[in-house]
Amino acid sequence: MSKLSIAVNEDDHIQGNPTAEYSLVEYGDYECPYCGAAYPIVKRLQKHFGKRLSFVFRNFPLAQIHPWAEPAAEVAEFAGAHGKFWEMHDLLFENQLGLDEALFMNLANDLDLSTSQLQTAIANHTYRARVLADFAGGARSGVNGTPTFFVNGWRHNGSFDFDSLSESIQLARSLSR
Amino acid sequence: MSNILSAGSPAPDFSLHVTPDQRLSLNELRGKPVILAFYPADWSPVCGDQMALYNEILPEFQKFGAILVGVSVDGVWCHEAFAKDRHLQFPLAADFEPKGEVARAYGAYRSEVGVCERALFLIDQKGVIDWSYLSPIAINPGADGILEALENLPKKEKP
Repeated sequence: MSKLSIAVNEDDHIQGNPTAEYSLVEYGDYECPYCGAAYPIVKRLQKHFGKRLSFVFRNFPLAQIHPWAEPAAEVAEFAGAHGKFWEMHDLLFENQLGLDEALFMNLANDLDLSTSQLQTAIANHTYRARVLADFAGGARSGVNGTPTFFVNGWRHNGSFDFDSLSESIQLARSLSR
Repeated sequence: MSNILSAGSPAPDFSLHVTPDQRLSLNELRGKPVILAFYPADWSPVCGDQMALYNEILPEFQKFGAILVGVSVDGVWCHEAFAKDRHLQFPLAADFEPKGEVARAYGAYRSEVGVCERALFLIDQKGVIDWSYLSPIAINPGADGILEALENLPKKEKP
């Protein structure tokens, strides 16, 4: 079984309590339709498990097949550097079919982020190293496509529908022992 | 499940078409670590299907000087269309005629369905299998096993 090579840490974007009973980590790609389909499922899981679940999103852009995935990941990291990672993460998935530079600027605008700073960050690839580091860590952890989920550090091998994931989460305690 | 060749076995040589007019032999790659990735079929539906995923991870493999070759029983034209569609930057070998002969030599053929197993082999610079892994057919194994085996390779070189 594949295991997260980089444990959840303070550099991660995390929703919920880092010491929650259950930890769900997603390696995802903003342009991947399967990640788009998983996006509301994660929301449902968060609602279902409440405070018992923490959620981390890490970047795994499949740049060869999704030309906007890597720039979108950089945009999310830019927003994260200004305290609005999750807002941008959500908007990117909600607007997945229209990813392009004009959309990035509109979304930044909607979140009261500086579009000129975003333009500079995109041009200079300020956040690329961060995205690539996520990717390399994912490769080392056995990420096998997008989305790949890890529950309490172990790769979830089933499909990513609500029932499979929630079952995996419920089983996580016995597995991590 | 099949019994695949394990670490320590010499890697059976092969010469397979990688394009309609080009063949690739394992012998030609001697001196470099070679990753052989047998897989059931081109055109699998999930985002980042195994070959598209390895394509993205290729730079990590290349840090170790390793060569990646994908192998399935699909024909060269099928491979060509698949590689073009997914922008694959590594060769796909067609184990097409006699069908599955190379996969059989590695113990990685599922004769009941007529496709390769999902099996990975790391072959060292001397042509000996250093590591192998047979994945449940429905599970994409990812690349962590390959990367770990590549990391361990130089340690074994020094007795």
